[in-house]
Amino acid sequence: MATLPVGTLYRGGEGMWTWVLHRITGVAVFFFLIVHVLDTALVRVSPEAYDLVIATYKTPIVNLLEVGLVGAVLYHALNGLRVILVDFWSRGPRYQRQMTWAIGAVWIVLMVPGTFFMLKHTIEAMFGSTS
Amino acid sequence: MSTTAQPGPVSIPAPRSTQRTGQRSNFELYSWLFMRISGIVLVFLVLAHLVIMNILDGGVQRINFAFVAGRWSSPFWQVWDLMMLWLAMLHGTNGLRTIINDYAERDQTRFWLKMILYVAAAFTIILGTLVIFTFDPNIG
Ligand code: HEM
Ligand code: HEM
Repeated sequence: MATLPVGTLYRGGEGMWTWVLHRITGVAVFFFLIVHVLDTALVRVSPEAYDLVIATYKTPIVNLLEVGLVGAVLYHALNGLRVILVDFWSRGPRYQRQMTWAIGAVWIVLMVPGTFFMLKHTIEAMFGSTS
Repeated sequence: MSTTAQPGPVSIPAPRSTQRTGQRSNFELYSWLFMRISGIVLVFLVLAHLVIMNILDGGVQRINFAFVAGRWSSPFWQVWDLMMLWLAMLHGTNGLRTIINDYAERDQTRFWLKMILYVAAAFTIILGTLVIFTFDPNIG
């Protein structure tokens, strides 16, 4: 039998990691959102100012960061729905482990084509046409 | 097999008070509920926003001032963005409040971190709201 930590009931495991990731993605998206409202506010300054800042969104490196942002939001949304189901659905607690694997699968199924379409233009600009 | 002494069964001591004492507010309950309700609405608002902005019709490459002007000429997208702004900011601010309560141990630190959070959140919500309502497609 494995050693139990003395004085705690907490065992870690995948339930802890889904929670840690939920927290990290929530904070990251929050800070992005503050910056995002600031960059959108440039439409009140001038079309030129707005277009200049939005141009950075189109560069290859920022384009890659956008994939990371979308991945973070998607994880936070799917895991948030799982937490809500555990809290409100009578069978939620019983199926919470299966739901963890299900959101992992949904995340991959959506992110693979999503990443491709998000990077399509950057890939074409760097390596030529993809079709 | 480990050689460490096997601890006895660990347990949480029974609560010392059996009843709620005094008048307590239900704020934390409503905040817990708000996180869940706003979360469900945000799934639709934010995920659709991300698909529209990053994938449809050329994705991020086609975004510029004229694109925003076209979208905000429709009350539908104005209301969409406004709801997204308020719900995401309140949801995120409430989430960060929980995190500050978890990690900041000194009362002073907690207080000031939360003050910074609330000022930043109020500023962002007001700015974003004004930008939507005062948008002028003929500026500049
Ligand atoms: C890389 C990803 C993103 C892009 C390219 C993007 C793009 C845009 C654009 C072009 C606008 C201008 C208004 C419009 O056309 O509707 C806008 C507004 C907005 N976006 Fe995003 N967005 C992104 C991610 C997000 C995320 C993750 C959130 C929420 C957490 C979000 C929340 C908002 C809000 C609240 C507004 C309204 C801002 C205001 O009131 O001034 N966006 N976004
Ligand atoms: C897309 C739909 C979303 C869903 C379904 C969702 C769901 C949730 C839920 C249910 C919680 C509470 C977790 C708990 O009590 O254990 C939560 C926490 C949180 N959310 Fe969201 N959320 C969404 C979007 C967002 C956005 C756009 C942001 C950022 C602006 C955000 C930031 C946070 C933060 C910072 C927390 C606190 C995390 C913690 O206490 O560990 N969420 N979310």
